[in-house]
Amino acid sequence: MSFFKKLKDRFVKGEEEQQESTSQNEPKNESLEEADSFNPYTGEAYKGGEVVYSKAEEEERLRKEALEAEGKSLDGETETYEDKLDRLSVPSEPTDEANIASKFKKGLEKTRTSFSTKINDLVAKYRTVDEDFFEELEEILISADVGVNTVMEMIDELEMEVKRRNIKDTSQVKEVISEKLVEIYYGNDEAEEVEGLNENPDGPTVYLFVGVNGVGKTTTIGKLAHRLKSEGKKVTLAAGDTFRAGAIEQLDAWGERAGVNVIKHSAGSDPAAVIYDGIQSAKSRNADVLICDTAGRLQNKVNLMNELSKVKRVIEREIPNAPHEVLLVLDATTGQNAMSQAKTFAEATDVSGIVLTKLDGTAKGGIVLAIRKELSIPVKLVGLGEKVTDLEPFDAHAFVYGLFADMVEEFDEDEEENQA
Amino acid sequence: MAFEGLSDRLQETIKKIKGKGKVDEQDVKEMTREVRLALLEADVNFKVVKDFVKRVRERAVGQEVMESLTPGQQVIKVVKEELTDLMGGDESKIAVAKRPPTVIMMVGLQGAGKTTTTGKLANVLRKNHNRKPLLAAADVYRPAAIQQLETIGKQLTMPVHSEGTEADPVDIAKNAIEKAKEDNHDYVIVDTAGRLHVDGELMGELQRIKEAVNPDEIFLVVDAMTGQDAVNVAQSFDDQLDITGVLLTKLDGDTRGGAALSIKAVTGKPIKYAGMGEKLDQLEPFHPERMASRILGMGDMLTLIEKAQTQVDEKQAKELESKMRTASFTFEDFLDQMEQVKNMGPLDEIINMIPGANKMKGLKNASFDDKQIVHVEAIIQSMTKKERQDPSLMNASRKKRIAKGSGTSVSEINRLLKQFEEMKKMMKQMSNTKGKKGKGMNFPFM
Ligand SMILES: Nc1nc2c(ncn2[C@@H]2O[C@H](COP(=O)(O)OP(=O)(O)OP(=O)(O)O)[C@@H](O)[C@H]2O)c(=O)[nH]1
Ligand SMILES: Nc1nc2c(ncn2[C@@H]2O[C@H](COP(=O)(O)OP(=O)(O)OP(=O)(O)O)[C@@H](O)[C@H]2O)c(=O)[nH]1
Ligand SMILES: [Mg+2]
Ligand SMILES: [Mg+2]
Repeated sequence: MSFFKKLKDRFVKGEEEQQESTSQNEPKNESLEEADSFNPYTGEAYKGGEVVYSKAEEEERLRKEALEAEGKSLDGETETYEDKLDRLSVPSEPTDEANIASKFKKGLEKTRTSFSTKINDLVAKYRTVDEDFFEELEEILISADVGVNTVMEMIDELEMEVKRRNIKDTSQVKEVISEKLVEIYYGNDEAEEVEGLNENPDGPTVYLFVGVNGVGKTTTIGKLAHRLKSEGKKVTLAAGDTFRAGAIEQLDAWGERAGVNVIKHSAGSDPAAVIYDGIQSAKSRNADVLICDTAGRLQNKVNLMNELSKVKRVIEREIPNAPHEVLLVLDATTGQNAMSQAKTFAEATDVSGIVLTKLDGTAKGGIVLAIRKELSIPVKLVGLGEKVTDLEPFDAHAFVYGLFADMVEEFDEDEEENQA
Repeated sequence: MAFEGLSDRLQETIKKIKGKGKVDEQDVKEMTREVRLALLEADVNFKVVKDFVKRVRERAVGQEVMESLTPGQQVIKVVKEELTDLMGGDESKIAVAKRPPTVIMMVGLQGAGKTTTTGKLANVLRKNHNRKPLLAAADVYRPAAIQQLETIGKQLTMPVHSEGTEADPVDIAKNAIEKAKEDNHDYVIVDTAGRLHVDGELMGELQRIKEAVNPDEIFLVVDAMTGQDAVNVAQSFDDQLDITGVLLTKLDGDTRGGAALSIKAVTGKPIKYAGMGEKLDQLEPFHPERMASRILGMGDMLTLIEKAQTQVDEKQAKELESKMRTASFTFEDFLDQMEQVKNMGPLDEIINMIPGANKMKGLKNASFDDKQIVHVEAIIQSMTKKERQDPSLMNASRKKRIAKGSGTSVSEINRLLKQFEEMKKMMKQMSNTKGKKGKGMNFPFM
C-alpha cells in the first residue's frame, strides 16, 4: 500500500467515521460537554464534587463569596474571567486519531496552504525531476526551518530514491517527499506511534516543564491541567517561576481556569522549595498529577541551568522515578537555536519529550525533525493556540498529513493502480 | 557541524588558494557557497541569503588579494561590509513628539518580550534621556499580563495606567494619553497583547489603537531566536501597521540572530535596541557591525584584529606565541599581557570578540571583570620572581604571605592559580589547532 493511501485510510476515513459516530452517540457527547463546561466562578462545574480546595484556597473562596454577597468585588480584574472563559473555553473533544488529524488540519491551515501550495507550484513549474526541481524543494524545506544539514541529507536521499524508482514525473515525487519526512522523524526505529506522556501508576505523576523565555511553558501547563482534569484526574500545579514579573499570578489564573490547585510561594523565593511543597501537597492530597512550572531561561546561562538541575534533583529525591516527564517547550517560530536549546536542556535535565507551541502561526517548527533525529527526543504535544483546549498530542503522520492534506485528498487511487 | 563560523568554513577553500595571487571565479564560487551555508545556519531567510550571496559574488570576483590579508579574510571582509551595509548604521534614536506626550506602541508575536521591553525602554528614557514615561497596560487577554506590567512598574517605581481586562485596549491607550497630559508625562509606552500577524481580528485592533492615538513610534519586538518565518512576521506587521523600528530581544542567548538581517532586508526599518537579559536595565543600543560578526559566527573578529594591530608589536606577539606553544608561559607574561589587554578595552568585551570563546571550557567558567583584574595584578605583584616563574612552588605559607601582601584571600589566590593552569591548557589547545589549520591569527593576550 502506498504511503498516501495509508495516510488517507487512517485519517480521511477516520474523519468520516467520526462524523457518523458523533451523530449516533449524542448522549455520550453531551455528557462529555457537560463534564467540561464548568466555570470556576459560578460553581456550576463542581457538580461532580471533584474539585478539592486546599485549605488556603477554601478560605479564599469563602472570603470571596462573603465579599460578593456584600456586593463588593475582590478586585476588578479577576471578575472578567467569567466572560473570558465563555470566550475561551470550548468543550474538549475526544482525541481519537481522526479528530487529531482534523485539528491538525485546522491548526495548520496556514502552514499547509503555503507549504503544499509551494510544492504544487513546484510540481506545476517543473515537469521533470531535475536539478532545479531539487534546488527549489531544498528552499521550501529550508524555509520550514528544517535546517540546512538535514535538508541536504534529505535531498540526497530523495535523489537516490527518485533514481531507484525511476521517477521522471514531478507529480509522483510528492509522495516520496512526505514519506521521507516521516522517515526522518522516526528514523530506523519502526515505532511510528504517538508517544504519549508517561504516568506513575503509584501516583503522583510528576511533569517538569522547562525551556527558554516566552515559549509557552505556563500556558501549556494550563492547557494540560485542563485536559488531565477533564480526564478525571486530580491535578496540582507548582508555581516554580518565582522570578519573572507576574509569573505566579499567571499560573494561578490558569489554575483557576482549569479548576485545579496551585501551590505557590511569594515572588523571589527559592523555586526548589516551591517544587518541594508542591510534591508534599500532591502526596497529601492524593493528587494524580503534579505539574511544575519553571522560569524561562536561556540555555547559555550556566547558573540558571544549574538551578534547574537542582529542582530536578529535589523531585527525584522525593518521589522515586520522578519526574515522569521532563518536557522541553519549543516555540515553532524558533530557528536553528532550538537544537542548541534541546542539547543543553537535555544535558541539564534529561529531557524526555518536547512540546512544540505556536503551530497555529505560519512558522513550521521543522527543526524538531533534526532534534528527533540527532537527539532522539520525541515531540509529545503541540500547542495550536492560546485557548485552554488548543493542545494536542503529536503524531508525526498527522503532522505530515497537515502539511500535505491537499495532496493526500486529491490522491487518486485509480491512478496508483494504473501505475502499479 | 552546526554553528561553524564563516571563517572556519572558509578554511578548506583558503588552503587551496593559498599562495595564488588572485582568487579565481571558481574559488569565489566555492567560498560564496560556504557563505550561503553559514548564513542559512544563522537563520537568515533563504531569499535574503540568495540576494546577498549574489552581491558578494559580484564584488569578490577578480578582486585583488590585499597583501596583509589572506584571500579568505578578504572574502570575509567583503561579506562583512555588505552585511553591515545591509544592517544599516547605529540608530538608537527615539522620536520626540512636537507636543508631548510622545507615544510609543509595542507590537509583536506572543512571548517576544514586549512587556519586559516596555519596562526596559521606559528605564532607558528616564535614565539616559531624563524623561518621565507612563506605561499603559493594553494587553487584556493574556492571564496576568496587567499584573506583570504593574510589577515591572513597581520595580521601576514608574506609574502604570491600567483599566482591568474588561476595557477595550483602544480606550486604554486613549485614556493613558489623557492621563499622561494631566500628570505631565512626556512619554507613553503602550504594551499590547502578543498576536499572530495572520490574526485578522487582533491585527485590526492594533490598527484601531494606531488610529486612535497616532503613535510617534511603533516598535516591532522580535525574538532574536526567530527562524525563517521572521520575514513573514516582519513584513506582515509592517504592511499592516507601518512600523517605525524593531527591538530585538534575547540577544544574551547563543543564537546567531540571522533574523535581524532578514527583518532589516524586508522592511528596511532600523533595529534600534537589543535586549540583553531579563532584567530591566538590560537594554542596549543595537550595533549593526557587531550583529554582522555574530551572524557570521566570528565574534567581532575584524575589530579585534584592528585593535590587536594597533596595540601589539609584532615581535612581542611572535615571542608570546612560541611561549604558548611550549607552554612556558609564566605569571610574568600574564602580567604583561594583562597590561596590553587593558589598553584594548573592557575584558569581557574582548573575550566576546574571540570566535568560539563562549564554547571554550576554560573561558566559560573563568569570569573576567575589570575589578578582578586589579586583584589579579595585586596578587601577581606580591609574588616573588621565582614564584611568578614557577607557580608549582606555591604552598600554604607562601599563599598566606601573598594574600596578606595583596590584600586578597587565599581562596582568591587558589582561584587564580587554577585559572592560570586552565588558561595554559587552553593556550596549548589553541595553538595546536592554530598550527593544524594554519590560521595566522595572533591574539596579543594568548
Ligand atoms: N498562538 C499561540 N500562542 C501561544 C501558544 N502557547 C503559548 N502562547 C502564548 O505565548 C505567550 C508566552 O506564553 P507563556 O506560557 O507565558 O510562556 P512561558 O514559556 O511560560 O514564558 P516565561 O515563563 O516568561 O519564560 C503567551 O502570550 C501565550 O498566550 C500557542 O500554542 N499558540
Ligand atoms: N534572556 C532574556 N529574556 C528576555 C528578554 N526580553 C524578554 N525576556 C523574557 O522573555 C519572556 C517573555 O517576555 P514578555 O515581556 O512577557 O513577552 P511579551 O511579548 O510581552 O509576551 P506576550 O504578552 O505573552 O505576547 C519573559 O520570560 C522575559 O523575561 C531578553 O532580552 N533576554
Ligand atoms: Mg512561564
Ligand atoms: Mg506581554
